[in-house]
Amino acid sequence: MLLRLLPGDPASSLIAVGADAEQIAAARRQVGSDLPLFQQFIQFVSGLARFDLGTSFISRTSVADEIFARLTVTVPLTLMAFCLAVVIAVPLGIIAAVKSDKWYGAAISTISQLGIAIPVFWVGILLVAMFAVNFRIFPSGGFPHGGWANPGAVIHALALPTLTIAIVMSASLLRYVRAATLDVLGSDYLRTARAMGSGFTEALLRHGLRNGAVPVVSILGIELATTFLGAVVVERVFTLPGLGSMLLLAIEQRDYPNMQGVLFISTLIVLLVGFAADIIQRLIDPRLRGTRRGDA
Amino acid sequence: MSLPLLTKKVLAGAALTAVAVAAPFAAFGQDANPDAIIRIGSLYEPQNLDNTAGAGQGITEAFNGNVYEGLFRLTDAGDVEDVLVETYEISENGLTYTFTLRDGVTFHSGDPLTAQDVKFSIERVIAPESQSSRKSSLATIENIEAVDDRTVVITLSQRSISLPYNLSYVWIVNDAATELTSSADGTGPYRLDEWRRGSSLSLTRFDDYWGQAPANGGVVLTYFTEATAQNNALLTGAIDIIPAVQSPDSLALFEGNPEFNVTEGASTTKQLLAYNDRIEPFSNVNVRKALARAINKERLLDSIWGGYGTLIGSFVPPTDPWYVDLTDVDPYDPESARALLEEAGYGEGFRFTVDTPNYDPHPIVAQFVQNELAQIGVTMDINLITANEWYTKIYQAQDFEATFQEHVNHRDIVFYGNPNFYWGYDNAEVIALIASAEASETVDEQVEKLTQANRIIAEEAASNWLYLYPQIVVSRANVSGYPINGLNSQFFAYDIEKSGQ
Repeated sequence: MLLRLLPGDPASSLIAVGADAEQIAAARRQVGSDLPLFQQFIQFVSGLARFDLGTSFISRTSVADEIFARLTVTVPLTLMAFCLAVVIAVPLGIIAAVKSDKWYGAAISTISQLGIAIPVFWVGILLVAMFAVNFRIFPSGGFPHGGWANPGAVIHALALPTLTIAIVMSASLLRYVRAATLDVLGSDYLRTARAMGSGFTEALLRHGLRNGAVPVVSILGIELATTFLGAVVVERVFTLPGLGSMLLLAIEQRDYPNMQGVLFISTLIVLLVGFAADIIQRLIDPRLRGTRRGDA
Repeated sequence: MSLPLLTKKVLAGAALTAVAVAAPFAAFGQDANPDAIIRIGSLYEPQNLDNTAGAGQGITEAFNGNVYEGLFRLTDAGDVEDVLVETYEISENGLTYTFTLRDGVTFHSGDPLTAQDVKFSIERVIAPESQSSRKSSLATIENIEAVDDRTVVITLSQRSISLPYNLSYVWIVNDAATELTSSADGTGPYRLDEWRRGSSLSLTRFDDYWGQAPANGGVVLTYFTEATAQNNALLTGAIDIIPAVQSPDSLALFEGNPEFNVTEGASTTKQLLAYNDRIEPFSNVNVRKALARAINKERLLDSIWGGYGTLIGSFVPPTDPWYVDLTDVDPYDPESARALLEEAGYGEGFRFTVDTPNYDPHPIVAQFVQNELAQIGVTMDINLITANEWYTKIYQAQDFEATFQEHVNHRDIVFYGNPNFYWGYDNAEVIALIASAEASETVDEQVEKLTQANRIIAEEAASNWLYLYPQIVVSRANVSGYPINGLNSQFFAYDIEKSGQ
């Protein structure tokens, strides 16, 4: 509802210079901006109840269809970036914690601190300048016209955007992994395990990993959701037809059905990710299952 | 935003003339590949695929002459030529047009072109719910009749000398087609292949085309939201051509580089400081003339576009038949600007707010103008707004003092003959001239009347016409045969050749 307070009118996106009063009135009728706000809201909610996200004011096509097409870009991008970030951050985070007294442990820690401070669009622009314009290894942006019909081309096109998100994401993730590992390292149970004859690595992998993973998984859930929503910036830098750029365009055009549809689906996805993170936490840590037996 | 002062590229003009001559001929003498796909990079993605449903200028670029054809076409040189019409006759009184359609034309769906389709197509444009920009120009159409399969008779309520010109923007659509906002069924040399919204749109050669087959196998238009990404794509070979370069800074990347051709053609896009002529102080001719003289437009154009672009003294670009050079009417002269303000009773200056679209080049232009006007004691406050707000606040509500805007169309002096237009210029003589020019019996008469109207709006400084945008095409060197003028944002793709690869 608050979105409607933005200045502007969706009808304005349909008219062109030269439009006469009759055409303006027709545009307002078409987008329903001549109806009271309350009535527009009822229309949206009743549509939602029927799993109908409505029709775009501007393109006049189904909102659900367009969201689905956009998800084929944003979901793979987010997941690829997420996996890459985990692959980078988890081992490096553990090393940074375990070897915090060595120079490389400190170096990893410092670089990750820097990584957090860098804005994501700047990383994107740097990567484009380096790998696309200079070395011409990857395309500077865009999505292959045929889409997933040619998976190789898609992966090639998504390489730089994936790397961009992964770099920024792994920096903050690394800090969490390092902190969680440091916690575990200082814990009594690890000391006990070692006292009972486990080697350091074995103790860390057997007891430490599982315990350290609990807070990290909840952070991972939040990070994944943030990346999904934050993909808008990367999509813009790399001109990708994802969900974020759809939202941005819808806001520019005041295309309320598209805006509401994207926000609805994004919220749904964020809730699902949170739910999945909760379940995973319970799988890892039996104490959270509500039973009395703990194994730590 | 900082003001890039005087970044003139001294050699640009000379180099440009040389390439402009060379570009239309085949590059490198290599054989063109008849099946090559021409990859075009554009900043103007259509909002939908129907030009009567508010699709925006992007649809004209993608579809006009490529997917859809009209009875007539405005060529890149600015002439109106017959396309789907074979011959036509005008009655003595100029009110009845009898069109005979070309034989053997088929739509992409396979249906033959008939007079019913033509009737359907014109009626779509003048229908109550139509958002076509040509609707008001076709208001004199009283009746359309499909006499037989190949004959259409249009009856007008009064003479309309521009009817063929206006019909060149009426797409002839299959009357059996549905969902034209997301699909297409025209008679052009290409059919729509696929539109991936937010990203790209592809056209494929139509094998049953009635005319000469295209010199390439198809077109992919890739859409960008900002010019840097577009330039990178051209630099890295992801696209072949940019039909209208919008970022002056990027030209340095392409000029003098043998991998690229840069051409400057004729443009119809005018940069304006438009006043609300209904309200004080802009209802005062002397105030408007003072503001016209206070701005060093040559320096403005130079600081934004380097050596490119043209100065204009009114709303009419050199490609309109009623163009005359009016740059001397209110030349840069701050002294006389101050005197005119004094005469108008604003010797102490005044303050106003200018609503400025938040995209390039408007904010930079606004800063420049702000500095210039400060020199004659006029304070201009800049209020940035989005394109959507511009249409809401200024175009619809007409609630503004002054605004910056670019106007892209050819032959659009008619807006000064409409006192209800957003800028509210209201001069009985101009209104009468523009109305009677349309009812002219001959083109000469029309040109004479519109030239006169053109002189009057210039004398009265109806708006402040800052400059004419340059129309710059940059392509890879192995691409040739493209239109260089891009009038009305058209971009005919069928003659483009690409060699190698």
